[in-house]
Amino acid sequence: MSTVNHIAPSEAILACQGLSKHFGGIRAFTDVGFQARRGEVTAVIGDNGAGKSTLIRCLVGVHIPDGGTIYFDGRQHPFSNPDEARKSGIETVHQNLALIDELTVTQNLFLNREIVRRIGPFALLDRKAMKDQARAMLSRLSINVPSVTQRVRRLSGGQRQAISICRAAGSGAKLVVMDEPTAALGVQETANVEALIRKLREQGVSVILISHNFDQVRRLSDQIWVMRAGKMVATVRSSETTGNELVALVTGAA
Amino acid sequence: MSVPADNAPASRQAGVREESRPSLAALLIDPSFWADWASVVGLVGLVILFGVTSPVFLSVANMQAMLLAAAILVVLSIGQTFVVATSGIDLSLAASVMLGAVILGLVHAAGLGIFAACALAVLATSAIGFMNGVLITAGRIPDFVVTLGTLSGITGLGLILSGGEPTMVGSTFLLKLASGYLGPFGYPVWVAIAAVLVAHVALYHTRFGVHLLATGGQAESASALGIRTNRVKIAAYTISGFCAGIASILLVARIGSAEPQINTSLLLNSVAAVVLGGVSLFGGRASILGPAIGALMLTALVNGLTLLSVSAFYQPLAVGVIVVLAALIMRYQK
Repeated sequence: MSTVNHIAPSEAILACQGLSKHFGGIRAFTDVGFQARRGEVTAVIGDNGAGKSTLIRCLVGVHIPDGGTIYFDGRQHPFSNPDEARKSGIETVHQNLALIDELTVTQNLFLNREIVRRIGPFALLDRKAMKDQARAMLSRLSINVPSVTQRVRRLSGGQRQAISICRAAGSGAKLVVMDEPTAALGVQETANVEALIRKLREQGVSVILISHNFDQVRRLSDQIWVMRAGKMVATVRSSETTGNELVALVTGAA
Repeated sequence: MSVPADNAPASRQAGVREESRPSLAALLIDPSFWADWASVVGLVGLVILFGVTSPVFLSVANMQAMLLAAAILVVLSIGQTFVVATSGIDLSLAASVMLGAVILGLVHAAGLGIFAACALAVLATSAIGFMNGVLITAGRIPDFVVTLGTLSGITGLGLILSGGEPTMVGSTFLLKLASGYLGPFGYPVWVAIAAVLVAHVALYHTRFGVHLLATGGQAESASALGIRTNRVKIAAYTISGFCAGIASILLVARIGSAEPQINTSLLLNSVAAVVLGGVSLFGGRASILGPAIGALMLTALVNGLTLLSVSAFYQPLAVGVIVVLAALIMRYQK
């Protein structure tokens, strides 16, 4: 149950071995092995300070790990910055770095990948194309917003999170990484975002989900990885585990 | 199709899915409407007020003179807008205009020809803007401190270069620029109109414009998405410097000489026009038409007060009151 089983590399969209990271004298995690299967929702759980967020940041290029190897989509691929990770097909929905309040829904969805048309030497924004595509992206994931020309500031927390996820998924990402996507949301909004994550999975997008919420993790994910005090201590199939078992693994009572 | 500014509550084209549009009454009680349109409302109000109290105000000759007088401020306000949109501020703007003018005068006096003189003036002020941007981003020094330092530094530089003396610039090109008309407007007005158009397209119809607003809105989120926010900021300050250079040419053309004197009201009014134009001082929200109309409004205010023979001493007071009022409306919008 609590052994880290290895799967065939072709099945894994993202895998890492022997990964470690420390900040000065503080060890974030050591010798971590982790795999996320293609087309599945893979959850990483653990107590505060267990090293989940730092691990994820290493996987998507925000931090450079001190040791170990990362494989993405079959290739060894240590990203040196988030831009490289994004270009290879990993999109991240950050906990706090999300949307630009003063920009519209469309502008946020297309931020830094705007559609332009060339007029002589100039590249002008193709705003109509972006608006049309924004509507298509939102409706594909059944996200309701009053208007794609609305400023994001006026939207609810759930709508904003949905747009963040839509932006991540909309670029044709192979893997979407979400850090506590429902942490600040109400019950109904959480349900909407969960439905959105299921929808992504149906459309064949691989998802890595960091969460505190064990029930949510069991509802949404296929495989669960448990971190404790900077180590990857266990991995279980969601269908074969119980809430109590997860609590025991996270706290080390097992 | 029409391409309305994002800040404007604009009507949408038919054929696109119906977007929710607030009713007129809802619009009128929404403070953000008044904040976005403060400069327009103010300008219309002033035109009515002065038009009634002073018959000369609405005469064609006075209108043309007013537009001419506003041209420099419009160009400067555009430069300031780009900086403020990144949630910065350029306090060195008026000093840059002075330095540009001094360099223009000296290069011209050295016999290098007027076009070389103008080009060097613009180059120098753009370089100052670039330097401001680099110090603020790479040096991680607050914009306020950097541009205040630059303000003092280039004031001194202007005095040293000029020896404190004005330089006469006798150039037929500048004379024509200052006094020539094309259609209803003088050339400086056309320069300002061109600046408004170019800046508007840059802000609303290019990737740079969106990245500028994103940088001003939430720089960290923007850079998490791969936007090089430092470069965007440096570009904004460089644009501000470039606008100062254009303004220095207009200024030398208007007064016929290059003076090592700073017109501080140009700096204050450029910030005032930006605030009146509904640009958020916290960044992320900007328009070009707003500050341009704000600059017109401030010029109309001074012009109208002069026509009413109100002492010039009251003008800064009036500008101050209006700017603080506009800032108050902006605050209520939050």
